[in-house]
Amino acid sequence: MSVATVKLKIDDVEVEVPEGTTILKAAKDNGIDIPTLCNLEGLTSYGGCRMCLVEISGSPKLFPACTTPVSPGIEVTTNSDLLHEYRKMTVQLLLSERTHICSVCIANDHCELQSLANQLGVDHTMFERNWTREEIDLTHDFLVIDRNRCILCTRCIRVCDEIEGVHTLDLKLRGKDAQVIMDLDNKWVNSCSCTSCRKCAKVCPVGAIYIEGEPVSHTKRKDIAEFILARRNRKWRQ
Amino acid sequence: METIKKTKLATIWLSGCSGCHMSFLDQDELLLELAKKIQLVYSPIADIKIFPENVDVTLVEGAVANEEQLSLLKQARERTKILVSLGDCAVTGNVTALRNAWSNSDQAVLERAYIENANANQQIPTDVPKLLKKVHPLHEIVKVDYFIPGCPPAADIINYVLTELLAGRKPNMEGRSKYG
Repeated sequence: MSVATVKLKIDDVEVEVPEGTTILKAAKDNGIDIPTLCNLEGLTSYGGCRMCLVEISGSPKLFPACTTPVSPGIEVTTNSDLLHEYRKMTVQLLLSERTHICSVCIANDHCELQSLANQLGVDHTMFERNWTREEIDLTHDFLVIDRNRCILCTRCIRVCDEIEGVHTLDLKLRGKDAQVIMDLDNKWVNSCSCTSCRKCAKVCPVGAIYIEGEPVSHTKRKDIAEFILARRNRKWRQ
Repeated sequence: METIKKTKLATIWLSGCSGCHMSFLDQDELLLELAKKIQLVYSPIADIKIFPENVDVTLVEGAVANEEQLSLLKQARERTKILVSLGDCAVTGNVTALRNAWSNSDQAVLERAYIENANANQQIPTDVPKLLKKVHPLHEIVKVDYFIPGCPPAADIINYVLTELLAGRKPNMEGRSKYG
């Protein structure tokens, strides 16, 4: 069976990809790197962090590459001075929203937000930082959530729902007040649906969810293929 | 004989752990090269009491946490051409600013340190500079020309920035700076 394909231009390069492919995937498959933060291949695209914004010629709007499907003949720009400025500003807003102190964070040197700031040259924030006192839940045997470091990317929520299939984690409230919660806003130890599978800690791009006593460099995973395979081969919770 | 006009360099230590100054000293043999081009006119590693006039470059380590630091920083800004935030405390507030999460932190930290955790002579000192309500990164108080994040910034990053500034170029931190 042949799949219908779409031809488009990304950064002046002519590419041809299957219909329905996102701009992000089309770029990646053709060796063009677009910075991302909330995106994780294998999980539903969320379009929440705005790092992957791109320009499409003829439109004054910016489009998140992770949720925008390709269309025939469009010309996409993934890197321009304007996009660079927007990405820098996004990182600054994320760094300012909660308490992000790399020097005392478990994810120091293994943090996707920190490395984006470095790549983009965000050497300070033009916004006054919030110094938050969000709740830290230490009740679980080995999983910890420090909501002061959370950037609300929802990777943990999506992996819990879509891969582990239990949907223990979800969001409450809105905007800067939004929080990742367990079940109906219970303490983690009281969650009756959590299977303690650790996937939330593995996909967290920052130091918000981690495994007590385990170096973050051991925990973090940038692709979830191994989760899916492990599940298929019944390797979890032997 | 031709005399080379040396660049006047100052370094300041505000609320920080001195790690940034240690990193500055970690430039090791590169310091000898630097010494040919600069004159150190004010620094915690030099016995000079008053911040001088007409300084070319000032590196500032640490955040602004008390009134003395506030006035020193403002004075340094007035008397310096290029002012550089050196390290995460100067750039973000870092650990010294964690107290900002509490609204009465200027009192609370003193009570914690000198009353609650003191075994003897429980009293809050009065002959030291008054703490500010909040701890501030430098650019919330004065104009900052360049930023070197890092806790501490690596010696070669400090050397890169100084080398560029001494050569009259603008340092570019893209891909170089690193928080933490």
